[in-house]
Amino acid sequence: MSIAVSETLPDAQGHFGQYGGRYVPETLMYPLQQLEAEYFRAQHDPEFQAELTYYLRQFVGRPTPLYLAERLTRELGGAKIYLKREDLNHTGAHKINNAMGQILLAKRMGKTRIIAETGAGQHGVATATVAAMFGLKCVIYMGQVDCERQALNVYRMKMLGAEVVSVTAGQKTLKEAVNEAMRDWVTNVRGTHYILGTAYGAHPYPVMVRNFQRIIGDEARRQILEQEERLPNLLIACVGGGSNAIGLFYPFLGDEGVKMLGVEAGGEGIIPERHAARFQGGSLGVLQGTRSYILQDENGQIQLTHSVSAGLDYAAVGPEHAWLRDEGRVEYGYATDDQALNAFTKLARLEGIIPALESAHAVAAVIDRAPKMSKDDLIIVNLSGRGDKDVAQAAQKLGLKLPV
Amino acid sequence: MNRITERFARLKKDGQKGFIVYIGAGDPNLEATRELALAFDQAGVDVLELGVPFSDPLADGLVNQLAAQRGLESGTTPVKVMETVAAIRKKSQIPIVFYIYFNLMHRHGLEKFINDAAKAGVDGFLTLDLPPEESDNYEALMAKAGLAVIYLVAPTTPDERIELIVKRGTGFIYYVSREGVTGMQQKVADTIGEMTAKIRAHTDLPIAVGFGISNPEQARTVAASAEAIVVGSAIVNQIAQHGKSSDLVPKVIEFTSSLIKATKR
Repeated sequence: MSIAVSETLPDAQGHFGQYGGRYVPETLMYPLQQLEAEYFRAQHDPEFQAELTYYLRQFVGRPTPLYLAERLTRELGGAKIYLKREDLNHTGAHKINNAMGQILLAKRMGKTRIIAETGAGQHGVATATVAAMFGLKCVIYMGQVDCERQALNVYRMKMLGAEVVSVTAGQKTLKEAVNEAMRDWVTNVRGTHYILGTAYGAHPYPVMVRNFQRIIGDEARRQILEQEERLPNLLIACVGGGSNAIGLFYPFLGDEGVKMLGVEAGGEGIIPERHAARFQGGSLGVLQGTRSYILQDENGQIQLTHSVSAGLDYAAVGPEHAWLRDEGRVEYGYATDDQALNAFTKLARLEGIIPALESAHAVAAVIDRAPKMSKDDLIIVNLSGRGDKDVAQAAQKLGLKLPV
Repeated sequence: MNRITERFARLKKDGQKGFIVYIGAGDPNLEATRELALAFDQAGVDVLELGVPFSDPLADGLVNQLAAQRGLESGTTPVKVMETVAAIRKKSQIPIVFYIYFNLMHRHGLEKFINDAAKAGVDGFLTLDLPPEESDNYEALMAKAGLAVIYLVAPTTPDERIELIVKRGTGFIYYVSREGVTGMQQKVADTIGEMTAKIRAHTDLPIAVGFGISNPEQARTVAASAEAIVVGSAIVNQIAQHGKSSDLVPKVIEFTSSLIKATKR
């Protein structure tokens, strides 16, 4: 597949082949068209790009390092492993790349209020952060279950001045938070911008979020060429909605020799309602604005999901990923809760880096793949976030106790 | 002729306003839905909108979300709702519209869903999350099956979009009277007359106005600038209150009749 093919997508209506599009209530159609028009104007506006670059450098701390994981490489005995350190961004994950882009867009559109959904809380924290920075009112929707398992991030959002609304509908996780954010948006659309946090939803969100996140891949590509003078053999990233993965993959799509692996949440194994691996147990459907793979029952009701990681615990996957899978360009696998927890510990002990449980799914895939590859091969894994938020939950799962 | 079109033609001839009721199908169970439908017909309801319960009703407010939840808990599936419509059709010709989220028909297979619904006696669909831009195939299949494609127009819809939407809609145009999700309001929006006039400049289709109407006074006010009004959450709320009682149907009809009286001349 040539880069030209992927650069022509999505089409004018936001379709990636049969995926994507814009499936929303009429009230949101015109606001989405306005957002699309403003985004594409901003994308080609050097002033906007310069402002974004400035804040990404001076506030977020970009570029993030591409770090050779020496002990992990030695331990696994195969391919050389590089970590793209998105965990070192201000606020602790890749989410701020997109939040920063969208807040500048919101400002440009004269919006005075910001809303967002969040699962693990990283996108909520990133959004609350940029809203505080620019003095905009901010409301974050978060499932009640996620509020409990990611309590640290709830406190962070509140400290940053955001209102956090705990969503008690359905299974009380990310999907319900998105529903509630969309209900808010449809009610307050004239003055409010919805900073959707992943490469999902109605057009233009999937393409816009991808383009704000492609800085991960753009940097990684430049860095690996500087450090190794060649391209990697394999890219690995975890896939919830899929923003960190598409951000890393996108700039490499035209590089034929670079293989790519997206890792979904296998939960307790591929049993209905016990996982969140849409490409394993899902089927084609339409949810929350877009057409993609979703976990649903035979009547079209959305199924329950499970993952140890709140950020991957979601019933649908970004439409561009569904398209890349059909094209055979990206392979999608999964890691279970146990494999992710094992990777979480391993990276901490071998590299001194505690990853987010989401990113630990990608590291689990590295543990599986690296030993099967040659020592001359290169892997880049996206360490999309850091694990501070997961410490309490992981300690419980791993049976760690405080000294008495 | 489609039952919806027929009904609006008759209302026009009689110089009468239409009254449209929304309820969640299967709330509290499908037998109650059947009984309510027959009683609504007797009471003078012109069109019945049946909400097909969906797990993620993102355009709905809390009252209708809870109704969908009760519908799902009573084992309601899209196919069973169609069977209920077929049962209603044995005794009543009340026009019936499915108020539905697209994934439910997408999952069933679009063509099969449309044909099965038409065969059961459904007269049209109002698909919340399917704008005209994604509807080419849907519209063609609906036309073939003789079903009305009911589109929403919102306060945020600009003039050129109104033109596009009304060209593609059939049956009637549903004007959503305010930005937001479904639900009862203290006050109806004051821009309704202005917007229905804008829509009317582009189409002869009847206009129904809904979202937020919950008492006779609001019904009367809104009916002045539309061909029909839609009441949903306020009636769903009555079902929520009396769902377990043996006099569910008379209670709901008593409430509905007061609104019908305010709407009709």
